[in-house]
Amino acid sequence: MSAVMMTRKVRKWEKLPGKNTFCCDGRVMMARQKGVFYLTLFLIVGTCSLFFAFECPYLAIHLSPAIPVFAILLFFFVMAMLLRTSFSDPGVLPRALPEEATFIEMEIEATNGNVPAGQRPPPRIRNVQINGQIVKLKYCYTCKIFRPPRASHCSICDNCVDRFDHHCPWVGNCVGKRNYRYFYLFTLSLSLLTIYIFTFNIVHVVMRSVNSGFVKTLQDTPGTVLEVLVCFFTLWSVVGLTGFHTYLISLNQTTNEDIKGSWSGKNRVQNPYSHKNIINNCCEVLCGPAYPSVLDRRGLMRDDLSVPTSAAEPATNSNPVPQTTKTTAPLIPNEHTPDDAKPSMADAAIAHAEKRSPSPREDKLPTLPKSSPTPTKVPPLASPETDAEASIIAKDKAL
Amino acid sequence: MAEAHNLQDLQHQAALASKVYVQRDYNSGTICRFQTKFPSELESRVDRQQFEETMQTLNNLYAEAEKIGGKSYLEGCLACMTAYTIFLCMETHYEKVLKKIARFIKEQNEKIYAPLGLLLTDPIERGLRVVEITIFEDRSISSGR
Repeated sequence: MSAVMMTRKVRKWEKLPGKNTFCCDGRVMMARQKGVFYLTLFLIVGTCSLFFAFECPYLAIHLSPAIPVFAILLFFFVMAMLLRTSFSDPGVLPRALPEEATFIEMEIEATNGNVPAGQRPPPRIRNVQINGQIVKLKYCYTCKIFRPPRASHCSICDNCVDRFDHHCPWVGNCVGKRNYRYFYLFTLSLSLLTIYIFTFNIVHVVMRSVNSGFVKTLQDTPGTVLEVLVCFFTLWSVVGLTGFHTYLISLNQTTNEDIKGSWSGKNRVQNPYSHKNIINNCCEVLCGPAYPSVLDRRGLMRDDLSVPTSAAEPATNSNPVPQTTKTTAPLIPNEHTPDDAKPSMADAAIAHAEKRSPSPREDKLPTLPKSSPTPTKVPPLASPETDAEASIIAKDKAL
Repeated sequence: MAEAHNLQDLQHQAALASKVYVQRDYNSGTICRFQTKFPSELESRVDRQQFEETMQTLNNLYAEAEKIGGKSYLEGCLACMTAYTIFLCMETHYEKVLKKIARFIKEQNEKIYAPLGLLLTDPIERGLRVVEITIFEDRSISSGR
Protein backbone atom coordinates (compact mmCIF):
# COMPACT_ATOMS: atom_id res chain seq x y z
CA MET A 1 0.00 0.00 0.00
CA SER A 2 1.63 3.21 -1.07
CA ALA A 3 1.23 6.29 1.04
CA VAL A 4 1.53 9.90 0.10
CA MET A 5 2.67 12.20 2.83
CA MET A 6 0.84 15.48 2.90
CA THR A 7 1.94 18.32 5.00
CA ARG A 8 -0.43 21.11 5.69
CA LYS A 9 -0.21 24.06 7.95
CA VAL A 10 -2.75 24.23 10.72
CA ARG A 11 -3.32 26.63 13.56
CA LYS A 12 -2.22 25.27 16.91
CA TRP A 13 -5.68 25.49 18.45
CA GLU A 14 -6.84 22.70 16.15
CA LYS A 15 -4.41 20.33 17.82
CA LEU A 16 -4.79 21.41 21.42
CA PRO A 17 -5.83 18.68 23.82
CA GLY A 18 -8.59 19.43 26.27
CA LYS A 19 -12.29 19.90 25.86
CA ASN A 20 -12.53 23.48 24.74
CA THR A 21 -14.28 24.86 21.72
CA PHE A 22 -12.61 27.53 19.65
CA CYS A 23 -14.18 30.12 17.40
CA CYS A 24 -12.96 32.85 15.07
CA ASP A 25 -9.91 30.82 14.09
CA GLY A 26 -8.65 30.43 17.64
CA ARG A 27 -9.36 33.92 18.93
CA VAL A 28 -12.29 32.79 21.07
CA MET A 29 -11.95 30.00 23.62
CA MET A 30 -14.86 28.53 25.56
CA ALA A 31 -15.98 25.37 27.29
CA ARG A 32 -17.96 22.76 25.41
CA GLN A 33 -21.32 23.22 27.10
CA LYS A 34 -22.57 26.66 26.19
CA GLY A 35 -26.30 26.28 26.81
CA VAL A 36 -26.34 28.13 30.11
CA PHE A 37 -24.21 30.90 28.63
CA TYR A 38 -26.82 31.47 25.94
CA LEU A 39 -29.43 31.64 28.69
CA THR A 40 -27.40 34.31 30.49
CA LEU A 41 -27.13 36.30 27.28
CA PHE A 42 -30.83 35.96 26.61
CA LEU A 43 -31.81 37.05 30.11
CA ILE A 44 -29.58 40.11 30.10
CA VAL A 45 -30.37 41.24 26.57
CA GLY A 46 -34.05 40.41 26.92
CA THR A 47 -34.57 42.22 30.19
CA CYS A 48 -32.65 45.28 29.02
CA SER A 49 -34.59 45.40 25.76
CA LEU A 50 -37.85 45.38 27.67
CA PHE A 51 -36.54 48.14 29.91
CA PHE A 52 -35.53 50.29 26.94
CA ALA A 53 -38.82 49.61 25.19
CA PHE A 54 -41.28 50.15 28.01
CA GLU A 55 -39.77 52.19 30.82
CA CYS A 56 -37.20 54.39 29.21
CA PRO A 57 -39.45 56.52 26.99
CA TYR A 58 -41.65 57.42 29.96
CA LEU A 59 -38.79 58.02 32.38
CA ALA A 60 -36.78 60.04 29.89
CA ILE A 61 -39.64 62.46 29.50
CA HIS A 62 -40.98 62.59 33.00
CA LEU A 63 -37.79 62.30 35.02
CA SER A 64 -34.55 62.73 33.16
CA PRO A 65 -32.98 61.66 29.86
CA ALA A 66 -29.87 60.69 31.78
CA ILE A 67 -31.63 57.56 33.00
CA PRO A 68 -31.67 55.66 29.71
CA VAL A 69 -28.21 56.96 28.84
CA PHE A 70 -26.70 55.58 32.01
CA ALA A 71 -28.61 52.34 31.50
CA ILE A 72 -27.14 51.96 28.04
CA LEU A 73 -23.61 52.55 29.29
CA LEU A 74 -24.07 50.08 32.09
CA PHE A 75 -25.56 47.54 29.70
CA PHE A 76 -22.57 47.81 27.35
CA PHE A 77 -20.16 47.46 30.23
CA VAL A 78 -21.93 44.33 31.46
CA MET A 79 -21.89 42.79 27.98
CA ALA A 80 -18.23 43.67 27.46
CA MET A 81 -17.27 42.06 30.75
CA LEU A 82 -19.37 38.98 30.09
CA LEU A 83 -17.91 38.44 26.64
CA ARG A 84 -14.41 39.10 27.88
CA THR A 85 -14.83 36.50 30.63
CA SER A 86 -16.42 33.94 28.35
CA PHE A 87 -14.17 34.27 25.36
CA SER A 88 -10.74 34.62 26.89
CA ASP A 89 -8.25 32.02 27.94
CA PRO A 90 -8.64 31.66 31.72
CA GLY A 91 -4.96 30.84 32.17
CA VAL A 92 -4.73 27.34 30.78
CA LEU A 93 -1.36 25.69 31.28
CA PRO A 94 -0.16 23.80 28.23
CA ARG A 95 0.54 20.13 28.79
CA ALA A 96 4.07 18.85 29.04
CA LEU A 97 5.66 17.73 25.81
CA PRO A 98 6.91 14.12 25.82
CA GLU A 99 10.51 15.02 26.63
CA GLU A 100 9.54 17.21 29.54
CA ALA A 101 7.20 14.53 30.86
CA THR A 102 9.99 11.95 30.67
CA PHE A 103 12.38 14.31 32.44
CA ILE A 104 9.90 14.79 35.27
CA GLU A 105 9.28 11.05 35.51
CA MET A 106 13.01 10.47 35.85
CA GLU A 107 13.22 13.08 38.58
CA ILE A 108 10.34 11.44 40.44
CA GLU A 109 11.99 8.04 40.15
CA ALA A 110 15.22 9.46 41.49
CA THR A 111 13.45 11.04 44.46
CA ASN A 112 11.38 8.00 45.32
CA GLY A 113 14.20 5.52 45.05
CA ASN A 114 13.41 1.83 44.83
CA VAL A 115 9.90 0.81 45.75
CA PRO A 116 9.62 -2.83 46.78
CA ALA A 117 7.35 -4.85 44.54
CA GLY A 118 3.75 -4.98 45.70
CA GLN A 119 3.94 -1.67 47.50
CA ARG A 120 2.32 1.48 46.22
CA PRO A 121 4.76 4.17 45.18
CA PRO A 122 4.37 7.31 47.26
CA PRO A 123 2.01 10.00 45.89
CA ARG A 124 3.68 12.44 43.58
CA ILE A 125 4.03 15.59 45.60
CA ARG A 126 6.62 18.32 45.59
CA ASN A 127 7.00 20.57 48.60
CA VAL A 128 7.87 24.20 48.11
CA GLN A 129 8.21 26.94 50.62
CA ILE A 130 6.31 30.09 49.87
CA ASN A 131 6.64 33.05 52.19
CA GLY A 132 7.65 30.75 55.00
CA GLN A 133 4.80 28.25 54.55
CA ILE A 134 5.11 24.77 53.09
CA VAL A 135 2.83 24.30 50.11
CA LYS A 136 2.38 20.95 48.39
CA LEU A 137 2.42 20.85 44.61
CA LYS A 138 0.47 17.96 43.20
CA TYR A 139 1.29 16.08 40.03
CA CYS A 140 -1.34 16.16 37.29
CA TYR A 141 -1.54 12.79 35.53
CA THR A 142 -3.42 14.27 32.59
CA CYS A 143 -1.14 17.18 31.87
CA LYS A 144 2.00 15.44 33.14
CA ILE A 145 3.21 18.41 35.11
CA PHE A 146 3.54 19.39 38.72
CA ARG A 147 0.84 21.98 39.06
CA PRO A 148 2.07 25.43 40.02
CA PRO A 149 0.70 26.75 43.31
CA ARG A 150 -2.98 27.73 43.07
CA ALA A 151 -3.41 25.91 39.79
CA SER A 152 -6.03 23.21 39.53
CA HIS A 153 -7.25 20.82 36.89
CA CYS A 154 -10.73 21.53 35.58
CA SER A 155 -12.38 18.24 34.76
CA ILE A 156 -15.02 19.88 32.57
CA CYS A 157 -12.52 21.57 30.30
CA ASP A 158 -9.80 18.96 30.92
CA ASN A 159 -7.11 21.57 31.41
CA CYS A 160 -4.92 22.73 34.25
CA VAL A 161 -5.79 26.35 34.90
CA ASP A 162 -3.54 28.78 36.72
CA ARG A 163 -5.06 30.36 39.84
CA PHE A 164 -8.16 28.28 39.21
CA ASP A 165 -11.23 29.83 40.78
CA HIS A 166 -14.13 27.75 39.50
CA HIS A 167 -15.81 26.63 36.32
CA CYS A 168 -18.79 28.89 35.71
CA PRO A 169 -21.51 27.48 33.45
CA TRP A 170 -23.21 30.89 33.33
CA VAL A 171 -20.29 32.32 31.42
CA GLY A 172 -19.47 29.05 29.72
CA ASN A 173 -15.81 29.05 30.72
CA CYS A 174 -13.42 28.49 33.59
CA VAL A 175 -12.57 31.46 35.77
CA GLY A 176 -8.85 31.63 36.39
CA LYS A 177 -5.95 34.01 36.63
CA ARG A 178 -6.50 35.78 33.35
CA ASN A 179 -10.20 36.40 33.47
CA TYR A 180 -10.98 36.62 37.17
CA ARG A 181 -11.10 40.40 37.25
CA TYR A 182 -13.43 40.48 34.25
CA PHE A 183 -15.66 37.95 35.98
CA TYR A 184 -15.71 40.03 39.15
CA LEU A 185 -16.48 43.22 37.24
CA PHE A 186 -19.22 41.34 35.37
CA THR A 187 -20.93 40.27 38.59
CA LEU A 188 -20.47 43.72 40.09
CA SER A 189 -21.83 45.60 37.09
CA LEU A 190 -24.64 43.11 36.66
CA SER A 191 -25.64 43.67 40.28
CA LEU A 192 -25.68 47.41 39.63
CA LEU A 193 -27.67 46.96 36.43
CA THR A 194 -30.18 44.69 38.14
CA ILE A 195 -30.64 47.10 41.04
CA TYR A 196 -30.92 50.00 38.59
CA ILE A 197 -33.57 48.34 36.44
CA PHE A 198 -35.47 47.08 39.47
CA THR A 199 -35.50 50.51 41.11
CA PHE A 200 -36.62 52.35 38.01
CA ASN A 201 -39.29 49.77 37.31
CA ILE A 202 -40.76 50.47 40.73
CA VAL A 203 -40.42 54.21 40.22
CA HIS A 204 -42.07 53.96 36.82
CA VAL A 205 -44.97 51.88 38.08
CA VAL A 206 -45.55 54.22 41.02
CA MET A 207 -45.42 57.32 38.84
CA ARG A 208 -47.75 55.88 36.26
CA SER A 209 -50.17 54.45 38.83
CA VAL A 210 -50.58 57.88 40.38
CA ASN A 211 -51.90 59.09 37.05
CA SER A 212 -53.68 56.12 35.54
CA GLY A 213 -54.13 53.51 38.22
CA PHE A 214 -52.18 50.37 38.96
CA VAL A 215 -54.03 47.90 36.76
CA LYS A 216 -53.99 50.16 33.72
CA THR A 217 -50.27 50.74 34.21
CA LEU A 218 -49.60 47.04 34.08
CA GLN A 219 -51.73 46.77 30.98
CA ASP A 220 -49.85 49.61 29.26
CA THR A 221 -46.42 48.22 30.05
CA PRO A 222 -46.66 44.43 30.34
CA GLY A 223 -42.90 44.09 30.18
CA THR A 224 -42.60 45.57 33.64
CA VAL A 225 -43.91 42.46 35.36
CA LEU A 226 -41.43 40.26 33.56
CA GLU A 227 -38.54 42.58 34.32
CA VAL A 228 -39.41 42.80 37.98
CA LEU A 229 -39.56 39.03 38.23
CA VAL A 230 -36.21 38.49 36.52
CA CYS A 231 -34.55 41.25 38.49
CA PHE A 232 -35.90 40.01 41.78
CA PHE A 233 -34.45 36.54 41.36
CA THR A 234 -31.25 37.80 39.80
CA LEU A 235 -30.70 40.24 42.65
CA TRP A 236 -30.47 37.60 45.31
CA SER A 237 -28.08 35.38 43.40
CA VAL A 238 -25.82 37.92 41.68
CA VAL A 239 -25.54 40.36 44.56
CA GLY A 240 -24.76 37.48 46.87
CA LEU A 241 -22.12 36.22 44.46
CA THR A 242 -20.56 39.67 44.18
CA GLY A 243 -20.41 39.94 47.96
CA PHE A 244 -18.79 36.51 48.20
CA HIS A 245 -16.15 37.34 45.62
CA THR A 246 -15.46 40.69 47.27
CA TYR A 247 -14.77 38.76 50.45
CA LEU A 248 -12.47 36.36 48.59
CA ILE A 249 -10.58 39.16 46.90
CA SER A 250 -10.00 40.98 50.17
CA LEU A 251 -8.40 37.81 51.52
CA ASN A 252 -6.65 36.92 48.24
CA GLN A 253 -8.28 33.49 48.09
CA THR A 254 -9.85 31.56 45.26
CA THR A 255 -13.24 29.84 45.37
CA ASN A 256 -11.43 26.55 44.94
CA GLU A 257 -9.28 27.17 48.03
CA ASP A 258 -12.28 28.37 50.00
CA ILE A 259 -14.31 25.26 49.19
CA LYS A 260 -11.44 22.94 50.01
CA GLY A 261 -10.68 24.86 53.19
CA SER A 262 -7.02 25.14 52.23
CA TRP A 263 -6.28 28.09 54.47
CA SER A 264 -8.87 27.73 57.19
CA GLY A 265 -8.61 25.88 60.43
CA LYS A 266 -5.97 25.95 63.10
CA ASN A 267 -3.80 23.09 61.92
CA ARG A 268 -3.77 24.24 58.36
CA VAL A 269 -1.25 26.48 56.69
CA GLN A 270 -2.11 30.18 56.65
CA ASN A 271 -2.66 31.73 53.24
CA PRO A 272 0.85 32.51 52.00
CA TYR A 273 -0.38 34.67 49.13
CA SER A 274 -2.27 37.21 51.18
CA HIS A 275 -0.59 40.55 51.78
CA LYS A 276 -2.42 40.73 55.15
CA ASN A 277 -3.83 44.04 53.99
CA ILE A 278 -7.22 44.30 52.28
CA ILE A 279 -6.23 47.15 50.01
CA ASN A 280 -3.07 45.42 48.83
CA ASN A 281 -4.99 42.24 48.16
CA CYS A 282 -7.66 44.05 46.16
CA CYS A 283 -5.07 45.97 44.20
CA GLU A 284 -3.17 42.83 43.33
CA VAL A 285 -6.20 40.98 42.08
CA LEU A 286 -8.00 43.81 40.32
CA CYS A 287 -5.23 46.16 39.28
CA GLY A 288 -2.42 43.71 38.70
CA PRO A 289 -0.78 43.28 35.30
CA ALA A 290 -2.80 41.82 32.46
CA TYR A 291 -1.28 38.37 32.08
CA PRO A 292 -0.78 37.12 28.54
CA SER A 293 -2.01 33.78 27.37
CA VAL A 294 0.69 31.11 27.43
CA LEU A 295 -1.37 28.92 25.18
CA ASP A 296 -0.41 29.67 21.62
CA ARG A 297 -3.68 29.23 19.81
CA ARG A 298 -3.07 31.00 16.57
CA GLY A 299 0.48 29.92 15.87
CA LEU A 300 1.03 27.77 12.81
CA MET A 301 2.33 24.26 12.88
CA ARG A 302 2.85 21.43 10.48
CA ASP A 303 0.43 18.59 10.41
CA ASP A 304 1.71 15.47 8.71
CA LEU A 305 -0.97 13.27 7.29
CA SER A 306 -0.30 9.94 5.73
CA VAL A 307 -2.80 9.46 2.97
CA PRO A 308 -2.84 5.93 1.58
CA THR A 309 -3.50 6.21 -2.11
CA SER A 310 -5.30 2.89 -2.48
CA ALA A 311 -7.81 2.92 0.39
CA ALA A 312 -10.86 5.16 0.60
CA GLU A 313 -9.41 8.56 1.23
CA PRO A 314 -11.97 10.34 3.43
CA ALA A 315 -11.96 7.54 5.99
CA THR A 316 -8.21 7.33 6.31
CA ASN A 317 -7.75 11.07 6.07
CA SER A 318 -9.73 11.50 9.23
CA ASN A 319 -7.90 8.72 10.98
CA PRO A 320 -4.69 10.38 12.13
CA VAL A 321 -6.31 13.67 12.97
CA PRO A 322 -8.58 12.64 15.88
CA GLN A 323 -5.75 10.67 17.40
CA THR A 324 -3.44 13.62 17.42
CA THR A 325 -6.09 15.68 19.12
CA LYS A 326 -6.91 13.10 21.75
CA THR A 327 -3.49 12.33 23.11
CA THR A 328 -0.89 14.61 24.58
CA ALA A 329 0.69 17.45 22.68
CA PRO A 330 1.07 17.06 18.90
CA LEU A 331 2.95 13.98 17.97
CA ILE A 332 5.24 15.25 15.26
CA PRO A 333 8.92 15.47 16.24
CA ASN A 334 9.31 19.21 16.28
CA GLU A 335 6.03 20.94 16.58
CA HIS A 336 7.49 24.39 16.93
CA THR A 337 6.50 26.97 14.40
CA PRO A 338 9.49 26.91 12.11
CA ASP A 339 9.98 30.66 12.20
CA ASP A 340 13.14 32.31 11.02
CA ALA A 341 14.95 32.63 14.31
CA LYS A 342 14.80 29.10 15.57
CA PRO A 343 16.13 27.01 12.73
CA SER A 344 19.06 29.34 12.43
CA MET A 345 19.74 29.11 16.16
CA ALA A 346 19.53 25.36 16.17
CA ASP A 347 21.54 25.30 13.00
CA ALA A 348 24.28 27.34 14.57
CA ALA A 349 24.23 25.18 17.67
CA ILE A 350 24.52 21.98 15.70
CA ALA A 351 27.18 23.38 13.43
CA HIS A 352 29.29 24.32 16.40
CA ALA A 353 28.60 21.06 18.11
CA GLU A 354 29.80 18.77 15.39
CA LYS A 355 32.00 20.57 12.86
CA ARG A 356 29.42 19.87 10.28
CA SER A 357 29.99 16.81 8.08
CA PRO A 358 29.89 17.55 4.36
CA SER A 359 26.79 15.56 3.47
CA PRO A 360 23.79 15.99 5.70
CA ARG A 361 21.43 13.12 5.12
CA GLU A 362 18.67 14.94 3.39
CA ASP A 363 17.41 12.09 1.29
CA LYS A 364 15.90 10.23 4.19
CA LEU A 365 12.41 11.54 4.84
CA PRO A 366 11.08 11.24 8.37
CA THR A 367 8.80 8.26 8.16
CA LEU A 368 6.17 9.61 10.52
CA PRO A 369 7.65 8.00 13.59
CA LYS A 370 5.10 9.52 15.87
CA SER A 371 1.97 10.03 13.89
CA SER A 372 1.42 6.31 13.50
CA PRO A 373 -2.04 5.07 14.42
CA THR A 374 -1.04 4.06 17.94
CA PRO A 375 -1.01 7.26 20.00
CA THR A 376 2.32 7.62 21.76
CA LYS A 377 1.50 8.43 25.33
CA VAL A 378 4.38 8.65 27.71
CA PRO A 379 3.65 5.69 29.96
CA PRO A 380 3.66 6.79 33.59
CA LEU A 381 5.98 4.76 35.70
CA ALA A 382 3.43 4.62 38.48
CA SER A 383 -0.03 3.71 37.29
CA PRO A 384 -2.60 6.42 37.91
CA GLU A 385 -4.70 4.20 40.10
CA THR A 386 -2.11 4.03 42.81
CA ASP A 387 -3.00 7.13 44.67
CA ALA A 388 -6.30 8.57 45.74
CA GLU A 389 -5.93 11.87 44.03
CA ALA A 390 -5.19 10.29 40.71
CA SER A 391 -8.20 8.04 40.98
CA ILE A 392 -10.39 11.07 41.53
CA ILE A 393 -8.94 12.54 38.38
CA ALA A 394 -9.65 9.32 36.54
CA LYS A 395 -13.21 9.45 37.79
CA ASP A 396 -13.53 13.06 36.72
CA LYS A 397 -12.24 12.19 33.30
CA ALA A 398 -14.78 9.45 33.00
CA LEU A 399 -17.61 11.86 33.77
CA MET B 1 8.82 24.85 5.12
CA ALA B 2 10.96 22.36 3.30
CA GLU B 3 14.11 23.69 4.85
CA ALA B 4 12.68 23.34 8.34
CA HIS B 5 11.80 19.78 7.45
CA ASN B 6 15.37 19.05 6.48
CA LEU B 7 16.65 20.88 9.49
CA GLN B 8 14.71 18.52 11.71
CA ASP B 9 16.32 15.60 9.96
CA LEU B 10 19.60 17.28 10.66
CA GLN B 11 18.73 17.76 14.29
CA HIS B 12 17.64 14.21 14.82
CA GLN B 13 20.04 12.32 12.70
CA ALA B 14 23.17 14.36 12.66
CA ALA B 15 23.27 15.43 16.31
CA LEU B 16 22.13 13.76 19.45
CA ALA B 17 20.15 16.21 21.50
CA SER B 18 19.21 15.89 25.12
CA LYS B 19 17.19 18.35 27.11
CA VAL B 20 17.54 19.82 30.54
CA TYR B 21 14.70 21.64 32.25
CA VAL B 22 15.14 24.44 34.72
CA GLN B 23 12.06 24.59 36.92
CA ARG B 24 10.21 27.49 38.43
CA ASP B 25 11.21 28.90 41.77
CA TYR B 26 8.11 29.40 43.93
CA ASN B 27 9.83 30.62 47.06
CA SER B 28 8.60 34.16 46.56
CA GLY B 29 5.08 33.17 45.63
CA THR B 30 3.38 32.76 42.30
CA ILE B 31 5.43 35.40 40.47
CA CYS B 32 7.35 34.14 37.47
CA ARG B 33 10.84 33.24 38.59
CA PHE B 34 13.16 30.44 37.55
CA GLN B 35 15.67 28.59 39.66
CA THR B 36 19.18 29.89 39.26
CA LYS B 37 20.71 26.64 40.47
CA PHE B 38 23.22 25.36 37.92
CA PRO B 39 22.09 22.03 36.39
CA SER B 40 24.74 19.32 36.64
CA GLU B 41 24.30 18.28 33.01
CA LEU B 42 25.72 21.60 31.88
CA GLU B 43 28.80 21.24 34.09
CA SER B 44 31.15 20.57 31.20
CA ARG B 45 29.44 22.84 28.74
CA VAL B 46 29.07 26.33 30.03
CA ASP B 47 30.53 28.57 32.66
CA ARG B 48 28.47 28.49 35.86
CA GLN B 49 28.75 32.22 36.36
CA GLN B 50 27.55 32.93 32.85
CA PHE B 51 24.55 30.69 33.17
CA GLU B 52 23.52 32.11 36.51
CA GLU B 53 23.84 35.61 35.10
CA THR B 54 21.55 34.71 32.21
CA MET B 55 18.94 33.26 34.56
CA GLN B 56 19.15 36.22 36.90
CA THR B 57 18.63 38.68 34.04
CA LEU B 58 15.69 36.59 32.85
CA ASN B 59 14.18 36.66 36.34
CA ASN B 60 14.65 40.40 36.53
CA LEU B 61 12.86 40.85 33.23
CA TYR B 62 9.90 38.78 34.41
CA ALA B 63 9.81 40.73 37.67
CA GLU B 64 9.63 43.91 35.62
CA ALA B 65 6.72 42.49 33.63
CA GLU B 66 4.76 41.54 36.73
CA LYS B 67 5.59 44.57 38.83
CA ILE B 68 2.58 45.95 40.67
CA GLY B 69 3.01 49.67 40.98
CA GLY B 70 1.86 53.01 39.69
CA LYS B 71 2.21 52.10 36.06
CA SER B 72 0.21 48.88 36.27
CA TYR B 73 -2.54 50.61 38.26
CA LEU B 74 -2.76 53.33 35.65
CA GLU B 75 -2.95 50.79 32.87
CA GLY B 76 -5.58 48.80 34.76
CA CYS B 77 -7.77 51.81 35.53
CA LEU B 78 -7.55 53.20 32.02
CA ALA B 79 -8.43 49.81 30.58
CA CYS B 80 -11.33 49.38 33.00
CA MET B 81 -12.79 52.74 32.02
CA THR B 82 -12.81 51.70 28.38
CA ALA B 83 -14.31 48.32 29.31
CA TYR B 84 -10.97 46.74 28.35
CA THR B 85 -11.59 47.48 24.69
CA ILE B 86 -8.34 49.40 24.70
CA PHE B 87 -6.48 46.10 24.79
CA LEU B 88 -7.79 45.37 21.32
CA CYS B 89 -5.52 48.04 19.92
CA MET B 90 -2.88 48.55 22.57
CA GLU B 91 -0.24 46.14 23.75
CA THR B 92 -0.12 45.45 27.47
CA HIS B 93 3.00 46.18 29.49
CA TYR B 94 3.50 42.44 30.04
CA GLU B 95 3.44 41.74 26.32
CA LYS B 96 6.02 44.45 25.69
CA VAL B 97 8.34 42.90 28.24
CA LEU B 98 7.77 39.45 26.76
CA LYS B 99 9.04 40.75 23.45
CA LYS B 100 12.05 42.14 25.23
CA ILE B 101 12.62 38.72 26.79
CA ALA B 102 12.36 37.01 23.41
CA ARG B 103 15.02 39.37 22.04
CA PHE B 104 17.21 38.76 25.07
CA ILE B 105 17.03 34.98 24.68
CA LYS B 106 17.77 35.21 20.99
CA GLU B 107 20.77 37.38 21.70
CA GLN B 108 22.05 35.05 24.41
CA ASN B 109 21.67 32.08 22.12
CA GLU B 110 23.53 33.81 19.32
CA LYS B 111 26.36 35.13 21.40
CA ILE B 112 26.92 32.57 24.10
CA TYR B 113 25.00 29.33 23.92
CA ALA B 114 24.96 28.36 20.26
CA PRO B 115 28.78 28.37 20.07
CA LEU B 116 28.74 25.94 22.99
CA GLY B 117 26.20 23.65 21.33
CA LEU B 118 23.32 24.68 23.54
CA LEU B 119 19.94 26.20 22.80
CA LEU B 120 17.71 28.03 25.24
CA THR B 121 13.99 27.89 24.53
CA ASP B 122 11.86 30.86 25.49
CA PRO B 123 9.82 29.81 28.55
CA ILE B 124 6.63 31.27 27.05
CA GLU B 125 6.64 28.36 24.62
CA ARG B 126 6.48 25.97 27.56
CA GLY B 127 3.72 27.82 29.35
CA LEU B 128 6.16 29.74 31.56
CA ARG B 129 6.77 26.49 33.42
CA VAL B 130 10.34 25.63 32.53
CA VAL B 131 13.38 26.91 30.72
CA GLU B 132 14.25 24.16 28.26
CA ILE B 133 17.92 23.84 27.38
CA THR B 134 18.72 21.60 24.46
CA ILE B 135 22.20 20.08 24.48
CA PHE B 136 23.49 19.14 21.06
CA GLU B 137 26.11 16.48 21.16
CA ASP B 138 28.45 15.41 18.48
CA ARG B 139 27.72 11.97 17.12
CA SER B 140 30.68 11.74 14.79
CA ILE B 141 33.75 9.71 15.67
CA SER B 142 36.00 12.68 16.21
CA SER B 143 35.38 14.36 19.53
CA GLY B 144 33.16 17.39 19.32
CA ARG B 145 34.37 20.94 19.86
